[in-house]
Amino acid sequence: MNPAAARPSSRPFPYRVVRRARETADVATFELSPVGDALPPFRPGQFAMVYAFGVGEIPVSVSGLDDGEPTLVHTVRAVGAVSRALYGLRVGDTVGVRGPYGVGWDLASAAGLDVLVVAGGIGLAPLRPLILDGLAQPGRYGRLTVLIGARTPSDLLYRAQTRAWGAEAHIDVTVDHPEPDWRGDVGVVTRLLSRGTWSPSRVCAFVCGPEPMIHAVAGELVRAGTPPHRVQVSLERNMRCGEGFCGHCQLGSVLLCRDGPVTDWGRAEPLLAVKEL
Amino acid sequence: MDTGMGPRTVAGRLEALPDEQYDRLMGLAREVSFPAGARLFEEHRAANQFWIIKTGSVALDLHVPGCRAAVIETLGPGDLVGWSWLFPPRQWHMGAEARSTVRAREFDAEAVRRLCGRDPALGYPLVLAVAEVIGHRLECARTRLLDLYGPYGSEPPR
Ligand SMILES: Cc1cc2nc3c(=O)[nH]c(=O)nc-3n(C[C@H](O)[C@H](O)[C@H](O)COP(=O)(O)OP(=O)(O)OC[C@H]3O[C@@H](n4cnc5c(N)ncnc54)[C@H](O)[C@@H]3O)c2cc1C
Repeated sequence: MNPAAARPSSRPFPYRVVRRARETADVATFELSPVGDALPPFRPGQFAMVYAFGVGEIPVSVSGLDDGEPTLVHTVRAVGAVSRALYGLRVGDTVGVRGPYGVGWDLASAAGLDVLVVAGGIGLAPLRPLILDGLAQPGRYGRLTVLIGARTPSDLLYRAQTRAWGAEAHIDVTVDHPEPDWRGDVGVVTRLLSRGTWSPSRVCAFVCGPEPMIHAVAGELVRAGTPPHRVQVSLERNMRCGEGFCGHCQLGSVLLCRDGPVTDWGRAEPLLAVKEL
Repeated sequence: MDTGMGPRTVAGRLEALPDEQYDRLMGLAREVSFPAGARLFEEHRAANQFWIIKTGSVALDLHVPGCRAAVIETLGPGDLVGWSWLFPPRQWHMGAEARSTVRAREFDAEAVRRLCGRDPALGYPLVLAVAEVIGHRLECARTRLLDLYGPYGSEPPR
């Protein structure tokens, strides 16, 4: 296998599904292995353009990184034509992958601070590699807190793994609609913020989920004293080229595929305040 | 001091009262604890107390005939349990149950209302703190109405 160029590839590289795990009724996680050349390494928060042959191509974040291995892990929620086709893939199937694209999470900027991760729904997928990085370097950061919101208990991702994280990090989970045997919290994820034991001025936050959730979480943190530049958020817009050419993902002066999807709240808030931007 | 986001809870708001007012208010409270499963109150009954949770979790629920009570929301440390004591008809809209062992401050609602009536300088910030809780819960309930994580999640892929 030849090492690929360090620049992202704008040509899809064939990758084969080597493992598939069903997370929920509409979410699956895949491990992809390069058929030939591998793409350059991805960082947590970056995304790939994944092509379901004959159907189409969509942006999907990396949800796991195997250190030193060329495999890619993605978690896909079936919402439309392409994501449904990806959800339906089986071990041995092949997809086309371009990337790595975008600016990832800047975990290094949290050195010496407490780390707060807030994830809503599928938003936990792009945050998982960041959480794993944080857990792997315990001395480097203060307390790690992970707050997870989901629609129902059956929609929770990576259930066994999040339970295991609880040994080293503080994990709180809440759902909008409980099921009869659910003994955990019920309510929006922002409600969990008030239970935190971190100091708002000494925390670095990483937030991904539906946009109104990002707004609510970032807004509460900033009101409580967290500097906006210490609240990193991952934003989603329709993306086509992934390389800053087509303008589909433009948000004001920002091209999210190139300058995002991760950005800090100081930069994101004024852009999100403009309707239909 | 590592205060967390505590100041945004009702407990945090009340701690910001001047010492003398805070002490008078706390003079009307007593420490209580509830084992997991204990009912704090039931729907439609008179709202004669309220609580501020110290530790543990309380579920607010609504009775749906023929089904198990539906849990609407859970409350945790620093949260106010109950605001129906403040407004007529002073009846609970929901029931409340301890989900784990709960330690809380229990307030005599009638005595607090009397104190607030006598001392508006204490009553006003207290009512503001409760109003903020109500506003925040309304905001959260509206957000949940949006069903942000769905509706796509509701149907298994075809
Ligand atoms: C940077 C980035 C990273 C992403 N990472 C992931 C990831 O890791 N996992 C993942 O599952 N998805 C991720 N997405 C979202 C994913 O790209 C979209 O779900 C996908 O483009 C939808 O395409 P489709 O053809 O399946 O559906 P479409 O036919 O385009 O849309 C079908 C329906 O789904 C709705 N829809 C479209 N996009 C979304 C969305 N993002 N969320 C909810 N509903 C939507 C549409 O409004 C429409 O009603 C990411 C998006 C971006 C921009």
